[in-house]
Amino acid sequence: MVPIQYYTALSAILFTIGALGVLTRRNAIIVFMSVELMLNSANLVFVAFARSFQSINGQVFVFFVMAVAAAEVAVGLALIVAIFRSKHNINIDQINNLRG
Amino acid sequence: MLIDWIIFFGLAVVAIASGIGLLLSKNAIYAALNLIANFTAVAIFYLILAAPFIALAQIAVYAGAIMVLFLFVIMLLGAERLGGTSTLRWQRPLAIVLGLILIVETVLVFINRSGAIAPIVEVTADFGSPAAIGESLFSTYLLPFEVISVLLLAAMIGAIVLTRRRDQKA
Repeated sequence: MVPIQYYTALSAILFTIGALGVLTRRNAIIVFMSVELMLNSANLVFVAFARSFQSINGQVFVFFVMAVAAAEVAVGLALIVAIFRSKHNINIDQINNLRG
Repeated sequence: MLIDWIIFFGLAVVAIASGIGLLLSKNAIYAALNLIANFTAVAIFYLILAAPFIALAQIAVYAGAIMVLFLFVIMLLGAERLGGTSTLRWQRPLAIVLGLILIVETVLVFINRSGAIAPIVEVTADFGSPAAIGESLFSTYLLPFEVISVLLLAAMIGAIVLTRRRDQKA
């Protein structure tokens, strides 16, 4: 069995890749996918510590995170579709005014 | 056990490589496919960590439903190559430096605190099974579970309202 520290290190690397995606990519859909990657790396730490501490609570929390992520994706993609309809672009640098 | 380490590092390489593929791919479709590979690798980690229910939920919800929605929207908008022209100049190296600092700090924290982490012991066969999760979900976490159902309903209505065309009267 691989020690838990290796899972946390892997999760930190995945989280950083996701954060870099949010910071450097300009396509709103790819930024959104990077956010999903960050959520997923947090889930990996939850499951690793649930295994380490023999507690089911971490896994239940991951279940909740998944449900929230599903809701977030539905609303977020609807927002992207609505923005694309009005601006014909999803470059997040172009989306700089609140007025539709 | 040597085989544990081989499986761990093999899957870690797949997860990190697909993450970097997501970061660097010019085409949004390739980025989505890379992310599906990443989710699948993480699902196998969940299986190793005695979480079979979470692993299959990961495949069904993340790699299935969520990523199909992403691919659908990318193809609907024809957004494969949109947003490619970057207006970032000095921000990109700064982002890389900050990301490296984040990695180093996180790894340092976990190396320094390794004494606080419980050693791995064997778990019983029904740990992380759907029955165990369900029991916890419907007793300790009953209220959050109900709140999640309201949240999903709100998200569904929100998605419908947001994508409704303005000229149509409701």
